[in-house]
Amino acid sequence: MIHYLPILILFIVAVGFAVTNIGLSAILGRRKPTAEKLSPYECGINPVGSARERFSVKFYLIAMLFVIFDIEVVFLYPWAVAFKSLSLFGFIEMLIFLGILLICYFYIWKRGGLEWD
Amino acid sequence: MLRSKNAADWGNVSEMNKEFLVYLVIVCVKILLVFGVVQLMVISMIWLERKIMAHMQVRLGPMRVGPHGLLQPIADGIKLLFKEDIIPEKASKLLFVLAPAMAMVPAMLTFAVIPFGDAVKILGYKVDLVITDVNIGFLYIFGVSSLGIYGIVMAGWASNNKYSLLGGIRSSAQMISYELTLGLSLIGVVMMTESLSLVDVVNAQAKLWNIILQPIGFFIYFTSAIAEVNRCPFDLPEAESELVAGYHTEYSSMKFAMFFMAEYANMITVSAIAVTFFLGGWQGPFLPPVVWFLLKLSGCLFFFIWIRSTFPRLRYDQLMHFGWKFLLPLSLFNILITGLVIVIKG
Repeated sequence: MIHYLPILILFIVAVGFAVTNIGLSAILGRRKPTAEKLSPYECGINPVGSARERFSVKFYLIAMLFVIFDIEVVFLYPWAVAFKSLSLFGFIEMLIFLGILLICYFYIWKRGGLEWD
Repeated sequence: MLRSKNAADWGNVSEMNKEFLVYLVIVCVKILLVFGVVQLMVISMIWLERKIMAHMQVRLGPMRVGPHGLLQPIADGIKLLFKEDIIPEKASKLLFVLAPAMAMVPAMLTFAVIPFGDAVKILGYKVDLVITDVNIGFLYIFGVSSLGIYGIVMAGWASNNKYSLLGGIRSSAQMISYELTLGLSLIGVVMMTESLSLVDVVNAQAKLWNIILQPIGFFIYFTSAIAEVNRCPFDLPEAESELVAGYHTEYSSMKFAMFFMAEYANMITVSAIAVTFFLGGWQGPFLPPVVWFLLKLSGCLFFFIWIRSTFPRLRYDQLMHFGWKFLLPLSLFNILITGLVIVIKG
C-alpha cells in the first residue's frame, strides 16, 4: 500500500492548490453584485425560462452504450496482460467474446442507434 | 538478555523509521518538483500557443508585456485574480464552486505514475524518477482522468444557464465516447508489454519504440486524446460561435482560469501518456533521460497547437460518427491484428 501514499500526498497538494486559487480570488476580487450581473447570460436579453429543461434522449443512449462497451474494455485489460501466456487459447476465447459484442454493435448500427439526425 | 533483545528491536524500528522518513522526503521533493514543472509548463503553454498560432496565421501575437509578450500569461493571471468572482443567483452554489476544482485536481493527479527518467543516485540514495510506480498504473490513469468529466458536467449543470448545460452535456457524451477508443488503443501496447506498470512499458521500448509496432494504436490514441481534452477540431463543448463559451460561460475570475489550467494540464497529461506508451518514454541516445522526456513532450504539445491551427471544427454528428463508426471498429481491429501477430510469432 505504501506505493499509494505519494498519490495521497499529490492529491493533498493539488486540492490545496485549487482551494488557494479559489480562496484568493474570493478574497482579492471586489464584489458589487447587481441583479443583472447575477442573472444567467443569454446574449444580453432577459433570460427565458429555466435552464433545467429536457434534453435529447440521444445523450442517454450514448451513456448506456458507453457502459456496455466500457465493461468490454475492462474485460480486455486483464486479458491483454496475460495474453502471451494464454496464447492461442486466449486469442480464440477473446474472438468469441468480441464476436458476440460485434454482433450487438452492428445491430445497434443498423437500428440507427448511432445516428445523429 | 531481555533488555538487549528489546534494544535490538528498537534499533530495527528506528532504522525502519529512518528509511521511511528518507522515502517520504524524496517523495515530497519529487511531488513538489513535478507539480511546479507542470504548472510552469501550463503557463508557458498559454504563451506558446498564442505565439505559435499567431505566427502560423501571419500575426505577431502578444507583444506588449515583456519581451515578445513573454510575461503576458503572468499579467493575465494577476488580472484574473483581482477580477470580480460572480456566482449567478440561480446557480447551485456548492456545485458551482466545486466544479473548477473537480476539473483541475484529476488533471494533476495523473502525473503520479508517469516515469520521466531513469533511476538516478542522489546523495547515495537511489531515486526513481517517477513519483510512484504502481503496478496498475495504466488503470489508475484511466480511472483518474475520467474523473475530469465530472468537473465539466457539474459546471454545466450548476450554472443554470442554457449554453452551459448544452456544453456540459455535449462534453460528457463526447468524452465518454472517445474514452472507449482511448482505452482500447493502448491495449495493443499492454499485450506486447504484459504489464500495466508504466515503468515496465518504458523499459520494454529500449530497442524499438511502440509507435513503429503500433502505428494504428498511436493514431487512435492521439485522435481520441484530442477529443478527450476538448481541443480543436473536437472542441464542440466550447464552440463559441454557437454556445458562447460552453460549460464555463458563467464563470469569471480565478474559477474561469482554473478551467483553462485544467485543459492545459490535461493536454500535458495525454501528451505524457503518448510519450510513455508510444514514443519510448525517457529513452534516447546522448542526452539525459529527463531532457529526452521533455523534448518528446514538447513535440507532442506542439502537434496539438499545429492541429488546432490547421483543422476546422467538426459538426457534432460528424464527431460522434467518427468516434463510434470509425475509431471503435478500428481499435478492435488493431487488437485483433496485434493478437494474431503475437500468436503466430509464438
